[in-house]
Amino acid sequence: MSTVDAATSRRPRWATAGGIRVLFRERPIIPLLGMLAMLVVLSEVIRPGIVSSNWAGVMIRGAVPLAILAGCQTMTMLTAGIDLSVGAVASMSGFLVATLVADTGLPLAIVIALAICAVVGFVNGIGAGVFRVHPLIMTLGMSLVVLGLANVWQLIRVQTGSGVPSGFRQLGANMMFGFVPVNLLLFIPLALLIMFTLNRTGFGRLLYAIGDNETASRLSGAKSWQVLTVLYVISAVLAGIAGFLYSGLTNVASVTLADSALLPSVAAAVIGGTSILGGRGNYSGTMVGALILTVISSILSSLGYPEAVRQILFGSMIVFVAAAYTRITTD
Amino acid sequence: MTATVTSSKPTTGTRRPVGTVLRRNGWTLGLLGILALLLVITKIIQPSYGPGGVQGLAISVLPLALAAVAQTCAVLARGIDLSIGSMMALTSVVSASLMEDRSEGFAVLVVFGVLLLGLAIGAVNGALVAFTRVPDIVVTLAMLFVWAGCALLVLSTPGGGSAAWLSSLSRGPFLTQWIPRAAVVLIVVIAVIWIPLRRSRLGLSLYAVGSDPLAAFRSGVSVTRIKIFSYMLAGLFSAIAGLSLTATTGIGTPVPGPYTLLSVAAVVLGGVSLAGGRGGVFGPVIAVVILSLIRTDMTFLNVDTNLATVAQGLILVGVVMVGSLIQLRRDR
Repeated sequence: MSTVDAATSRRPRWATAGGIRVLFRERPIIPLLGMLAMLVVLSEVIRPGIVSSNWAGVMIRGAVPLAILAGCQTMTMLTAGIDLSVGAVASMSGFLVATLVADTGLPLAIVIALAICAVVGFVNGIGAGVFRVHPLIMTLGMSLVVLGLANVWQLIRVQTGSGVPSGFRQLGANMMFGFVPVNLLLFIPLALLIMFTLNRTGFGRLLYAIGDNETASRLSGAKSWQVLTVLYVISAVLAGIAGFLYSGLTNVASVTLADSALLPSVAAAVIGGTSILGGRGNYSGTMVGALILTVISSILSSLGYPEAVRQILFGSMIVFVAAAYTRITTD
Repeated sequence: MTATVTSSKPTTGTRRPVGTVLRRNGWTLGLLGILALLLVITKIIQPSYGPGGVQGLAISVLPLALAAVAQTCAVLARGIDLSIGSMMALTSVVSASLMEDRSEGFAVLVVFGVLLLGLAIGAVNGALVAFTRVPDIVVTLAMLFVWAGCALLVLSTPGGGSAAWLSSLSRGPFLTQWIPRAAVVLIVVIAVIWIPLRRSRLGLSLYAVGSDPLAAFRSGVSVTRIKIFSYMLAGLFSAIAGLSLTATTGIGTPVPGPYTLLSVAAVVLGGVSLAGGRGGVFGPVIAVVILSLIRTDMTFLNVDTNLATVAQGLILVGVVMVGSLIQLRRDR
């Protein structure tokens, strides 16, 4: 990769303040990890003895589904889009499996749920790619459609009852060896796949190209509507998978389960250094961003403040982190 | 309309093309046509629909219409304000908790205080956007949590009260039974704040910053100041929307309603470009009325409310698709 060469060639200048700035700009993951470390220290200061392997496991377990949703945002933001339907899609897929599993068995239920997610993503992609509807509006409209249909489905299925399948509960909530979350088994390959796609494949490069300069990418022969359609299908399927983990983690199947994760998923991607204007960002930063948000909310809940104060502090910290990050990484 | 056309000479790129003006008005006129059609349809499927129905419609539309105006102010300057719902909740609980069991005269003070509060919290949003250089959507997303938290601090559960004169402003008819007071309030608010602004230097700057910040900067417009100003306007209209919530419900509710995302939808349906600098407040307001009327019609037809949500989403997507198709064909 060219960035690696650039970084190594600049190595002698690291000693200066300007050099550190250059380093931070080219390796935005470093200040992010620093921020995460500071938050971990802060947790330990506020509640001495709280930081342990078990605590880390709980943090990671909570961050994983958020990181998947934030992955949807990262990829769509790279093309200067956004996917506001991830909350509704994730809730819908978790709910759908929970209501179907008794009739169809787990594998078929998962296939049906993910297929429906893919259809939603396909419509998003066609709307954003072919009809050039602003992705914000397209995905917002589709989230209304998904929520409404999920509610209708809930009324139809109300008599059969529903329960989160035990497989999801083990996957979403259990720990291996006491402190390693089981959901990492799903997440690590998924994350590697996302990073590989973004960094090493033509599709990933097209995402960056379209977000950076759509006209230039079109003139270079990129068919942006095809790329966007595939992108939004991937995004919706990822959201569906995150929905499985959410329903397993909370042992709740509800049509609004993951709605509250929508805005944090955007925040995680932005804190992780993905530009909402497109063309800049990567998934490793997003994962750290999701961890940062999870640690922040855990700090806030361990302080024992009322909900009101927690919300105020959460919002302020997002602004603060995003502002600090912008200041550090741009001139 | 014809006057505009006849007075126009062949336009060049430097002048504002008449076609743009026509197209913008065309969108609003089209929306008005749809609204008229919908009213006729409503009357057909529910022959008893009359003054009472229109008043109910106006009351239910008022907060969202004001939220749409607030969103328009932010979007015109190439921003977006995701904290509108929270600002409405905050201003609503502040006004409701201050007005409870107090004199009618004191309520007048409260109203002015709340309007100032709206300007102030809007200024905080705007200053954060302008000075941190973090994208608008992220800052206002974070401020959504902050203002919602503040609202919970003021009132942890729905409560408070509304002054009688404030409530009567939004309820009941005006002059004839066909004109609801809520609609008059909406028109007066827009006429007093928006129309003078639109014609002023500030309003022009707002559009200039929205259509091309760099060009605006080079023409001597302070982009930072206009950006903050646009968010102050959004805050002011959110405060009015919050007051209208207090007035129509009689209490203050600390949990934000679904106003933020619906306001974005209404703005886009109303023909305002999310890229900024194009559109006005009338389109979004008519779009809000249309969305609400469609919901009413579906209730009359005994359609499941969930399907009404689906229809709302499909209409949103469909109308915008048609709009961008027209745009694409024009560009070709």
